[in-house]
Amino acid sequence: MIDPTDLQLIAAVQEGLPIASRPYALIAEQLGLDETDVISRLSRLKKQGLIKRLGVIVKHRRLGYQANAMVVFDVPDILIKQIGQRISQLTFINLCYQRPRQGEQWPYNLFCMIHGKSREKVLQQLSELIESCALEAYGYDILFSRQCFKQRGAIYSVAQKN
Amino acid sequence: MLSELHKHLLNDYQHDFPLSPTPYLDIANKLGVTEEAVLAAFSLLSEQDFISRIGPIIQPNLIGNSTLVAMAIPKEQLLEVATLISNIPEVNHNYEREHHFNLWFVLIANDMEQLSSIIDQIELKTNFKAMQLPLVEDFFINLGFQLDLDSQSNTQPSALSA
Repeated sequence: MIDPTDLQLIAAVQEGLPIASRPYALIAEQLGLDETDVISRLSRLKKQGLIKRLGVIVKHRRLGYQANAMVVFDVPDILIKQIGQRISQLTFINLCYQRPRQGEQWPYNLFCMIHGKSREKVLQQLSELIESCALEAYGYDILFSRQCFKQRGAIYSVAQKN
Repeated sequence: MLSELHKHLLNDYQHDFPLSPTPYLDIANKLGVTEEAVLAAFSLLSEQDFISRIGPIIQPNLIGNSTLVAMAIPKEQLLEVATLISNIPEVNHNYEREHHFNLWFVLIANDMEQLSSIIDQIELKTNFKAMQLPLVEDFFINLGFQLDLDSQSNTQPSALSA
């Protein structure tokens, strides 16, 4: 179980670190902790892997990466780990997950995300992906994003969690 | 136009934002500029919506329960349903995608019970099915995303609202 103070800290930093000289001191003040404690807790959470990364979260679309595609494959369950790991090593992939199939309406179990500057570029990277990971035999689909209605960090409601 | 400093801040600090009392000063020293310049550059990136925040990415499902959800909504009702979804505090990403399943969002709740109850409410309020695709396994290794900011064409401040 996660320490309640860690959880409060995560909730506080999740909204974004203050852009100010001593951001961790400001967070500490808000939570009634001290700066050293905030820094050592965040360092530990990162080392433990609960925080996967700490840093700048960019808005791809705004930075010229207008084409964002979710690519989904139907691969055999026994091969999925091996395939997923191989896909993850391609530089243009920035997410790769296994999710459950949902019968005929959704036959796909492997999800990855390609951000590119144009549709053509994304489609070219998809061909590269299929070829380099030997996925020719499997069903797939590509879902380009059209508009973003909402993007922000998860908000954890700390109060209800013990 | 993004300066060299902006490009460094966007690309170099996605993973390991300094965990020291004065992270912006550390970055400034590394890049050979003043702390004020780094603070001003981050403020601009944030105001102009090039970055979402400086913060942590949390390992999915270690805190609470999350799921990806897909819905198939007729075009003329999409905006209305998407707005309703975006207004749910537990939703953090919400996108239109080009597919029969055209609305995709991520839902994070404190526990399974709360998650199911939100899904039920969504189905009740919209009269459309919400297909849940919770994470089974995360394969992603290559964290972060190397942005190519040199051949930019769409990154003028306020060039677009997407």
